[in-house]
Amino acid sequence: MSKILTTLAWFAAFIFFAPVLWMVMTSFKQEAEAASSPPTFFFEPTLDQYRAIFSSEAGSHFLNSFIATTVSTLLVLVLAIPAAYALSIRPVKRTQDALFFFISTKMLPIVAVIMPIYVIAGNIRMLDNLALLIILYTAMNLPIAIWMMRSFFLEVPGEVLEAASVDGAPLLMTMRRVLIPMVAPGIAATALICVIFAWNEFFFALNLTAAEAATVPIYLMSTMTSEGLFLAQLSAASVLASLPVVIAGWIAQKQLVRGLSMGAVK
Amino acid sequence: MTTPTVQDRAETSRRESRTAAAAAAKRRERAEGWSRRAPLLPALLFVIVCTQIPFLLTIWYSLRSRNLLRPEGEEFVGLQNFADIFVDSTFRTAALNSIIITLGCVFAALILGLILALLLDRKFPGRGVARTLLITPFLIMPVAGAMLWSISMFNPTYGLVNWLIGLVGFDPVDWTSQYPVLSIIVALVWQWTPFMMLLLLAGLQSQQKDVLEAAQMDGAGWWKTFRYVTLPHMRFYMELAVLLGAIYVVNTFDHIYLMTAGGPGTESANLPYYIYQRAFLGFDIGQSAAMGVVTVVATIAISLLALRLIFRSINEKVQS
Repeated sequence: MSKILTTLAWFAAFIFFAPVLWMVMTSFKQEAEAASSPPTFFFEPTLDQYRAIFSSEAGSHFLNSFIATTVSTLLVLVLAIPAAYALSIRPVKRTQDALFFFISTKMLPIVAVIMPIYVIAGNIRMLDNLALLIILYTAMNLPIAIWMMRSFFLEVPGEVLEAASVDGAPLLMTMRRVLIPMVAPGIAATALICVIFAWNEFFFALNLTAAEAATVPIYLMSTMTSEGLFLAQLSAASVLASLPVVIAGWIAQKQLVRGLSMGAVK
Repeated sequence: MTTPTVQDRAETSRRESRTAAAAAAKRRERAEGWSRRAPLLPALLFVIVCTQIPFLLTIWYSLRSRNLLRPEGEEFVGLQNFADIFVDSTFRTAALNSIIITLGCVFAALILGLILALLLDRKFPGRGVARTLLITPFLIMPVAGAMLWSISMFNPTYGLVNWLIGLVGFDPVDWTSQYPVLSIIVALVWQWTPFMMLLLLAGLQSQQKDVLEAAQMDGAGWWKTFRYVTLPHMRFYMELAVLLGAIYVVNTFDHIYLMTAGGPGTESANLPYYIYQRAFLGFDIGQSAAMGVVTVVATIAISLLALRLIFRSINEKVQS
């Protein structure tokens, strides 16, 4: 019985991973082998597709995505850590209302606000500008980050804070010396979630960027212009585009759960 | 008027000092309140500016007949846009698709996720590796995942799916044009099952081992233990997984844009995609804004349920 269950688990894992495996395999094929019928399972692997991508202007899109992701994530942390502090350790009066407000914005369908954002951005000449994406990604991730950081702050034992305040250490020093080190894993987990969502974001990038500020998802889409013809290259681009988040997610599987449930599940 | 006695004067000064003390206390309290609020304000303002102002503008647009193709004809039309969308049959199709895709994806992913979580909730060689492989679909960039399914998997001539069904004797199918909604759901389920699995696995692993052992000692079989011990414990996690999943999936855009472009015709468009089409391809801002408002109102219904649940879990944790 136990053997059957183990086999089943492995079989399921294989089924779910198979499309990814296929994508990786296709990325090492020549175009003719990539779109063959029946599918080609045995082939001589080539790095041609990756070479082609590295010699194209894909780099600028990766750079755009990298900047938008890192800057927005840093901004989120700078804003979310004090906010979470004010909703947990030294709470404001209407903590529950504030929490409710933040999370309710996450449930606002983005499509309902895209038009005004587009019009405003057009008026202040911010279309096709990375700064606009950075601001929007910050707003998009801030509520999740506040909730997550709050759940980590709530775990800091009360005695630690009392001891720090008896010492008469000023607030900022307490924060830097005591609190931040204690919630460092939480900060890392929060950053991971923000990075995943910002790196993968497609809708804002599609509507608000053009040649200048286009990010990786837009670049990926643009390689699809003539479907099938460049399947191997598209697969290689997909692998490269997904790699950062896949590796980060593999490393931080535990934090993933907590982030996705906004701190409700540990 | 009598001259104040020493006693009187002492009384007044006491009273004055008391009111002064009270005022000072009030001032301190207010200062205290602001010092508590200060760290929160930057984030609060940022979110308000980025979400509430655009949404108010959306409501404003929804009451006007703005169309970028007809810049001269903008005027206040009251609820006309809302009346129009309710007789728009494409809007109804899109709303129905939103429901079908969300429910279909969430429940299929929940059941698969539960099965996978149960399979992983036991020690076996390579469990970590199996889990790592299983969560990978969720980590693949959605744009890449959507293209992987629409091209490598579902292509009618060289797609892997047609090759597989060909092995057992079925004719090739043009998946994304014959079964566009189903194709989208399959790709979405593939992406969201790991999400469900992770949440449910966390739930399974938070079960107290002694309770399970006690049930086993009392002679309850696997099914009875699952039905009467595990399932009640998992209720919270399953509700949370469904609601969080629904909130994300109801906003699906990438897959529809890349796999079917809402087609054939508008057969597989959901609300986000249709609103996008009306706004950015039809330039009908008034209509698309009205649809946006309707979508928000509808989404709030599920959201409130989800919020209640999350709040419950937090408050339980605070109490415990």
